[in-house]
Amino acid sequence: MDPKKEEPLWEVFIRSRQGLEHKHAGSLHAADAQMAIENARDVYTRRMEGASIWVVESKYIHATNPDEAESFFEPANDKIYRHPTFYDLPDELKYM
Amino acid sequence: MDSKPTDIDKTYLVDYSLHLADSSLIMGHRLSEWTGHGPMLEQDIAISNIALDLIGQARNFYQYAADIMNSENTEKSVTEDDLAYLRDSFEFKNFLIAELPNGDWAQTIGKIFFFSAWQFYFYQKLVYSSNRQLSAIAEKSLKEVTYHVKWSSDWIIRLGDGTIESRERMMAAIEYLWSYTGEMFVPAEFELNDENKVTIDVSIIKKDWLGKVNLVLAGATLSLPKEAWMHSGGKKGIHTEHLGYILAEMQYMQRAYPGLEW
Repeated sequence: MDPKKEEPLWEVFIRSRQGLEHKHAGSLHAADAQMAIENARDVYTRRMEGASIWVVESKYIHATNPDEAESFFEPANDKIYRHPTFYDLPDELKYM
Repeated sequence: MDSKPTDIDKTYLVDYSLHLADSSLIMGHRLSEWTGHGPMLEQDIAISNIALDLIGQARNFYQYAADIMNSENTEKSVTEDDLAYLRDSFEFKNFLIAELPNGDWAQTIGKIFFFSAWQFYFYQKLVYSSNRQLSAIAEKSLKEVTYHVKWSSDWIIRLGDGTIESRERMMAAIEYLWSYTGEMFVPAEFELNDENKVTIDVSIIKKDWLGKVNLVLAGATLSLPKEAWMHSGGKKGIHTEHLGYILAEMQYMQRAYPGLEW
């Protein structure tokens, strides 16, 4: 029996000790969510990388189509007025 | 130890540390046999992590045993490696369950579960030992072992409450391993040094251990075998046929090339 054929793929997101957001760390195979979290702990946090783990079954991730990148993203290229570069940020504002 | 130890205390303390070190080392070495052979990459890494945790615990206890031995004997100093690689099987005091073959995945899981659940309740008590060194090792190890118990419990439930085949394999494993669990709760002479609150009376953790085992097995829709005759002898150096083979492989390098380093 090839377990890879039966066990679904999961995407792993890890929040590091200093980090504020979960970042995509990679993927792995697991039978259920509990196993995916334990596997993620064993595969991706062996060197103290993480303080929190999210897993989501890969099939539930919907992504943009690379073929449509041109029409999707490039129109934003020449709209510099959409950037907040014309404001002075107060010093108290962190994490920007 | 804070109060002045007697010579007999020291002998017991060395034996006690060696017993704890040996069980962790042999268990860890056995589990390391899965490295590169796990049923899938993720579990291969998981079981190798557990093996490394156990070998780390063994190192701490061996280092402590060596320290006590060296404080007695100033002429020749002993290292943790001498204790792991240059003792014979009759000198090893590990639990028999540690040296049993890995068998299939279910048998390996069963071994880890029975042993780490024992470690979990044992370390919880050893944390309160009056011996600071033992207490510190227990505190560090407890965090690791807590995860080993959780990981192996999840697998027992997954296999026991899984397919017909996985259930049969898990049942067979529990039945095979059960008769090796008895000696874990029968104190050896060197464990009865509890007047100074150094060692733990292992018979008192049996109730908690049994409760945990029954709870997990119930979740796996399995139950324990009926009363059975129990193997024993590990702590006294009386081992199964398997330990010799483990030592032959594990100790080969230091026996063939004494003092060889990486």
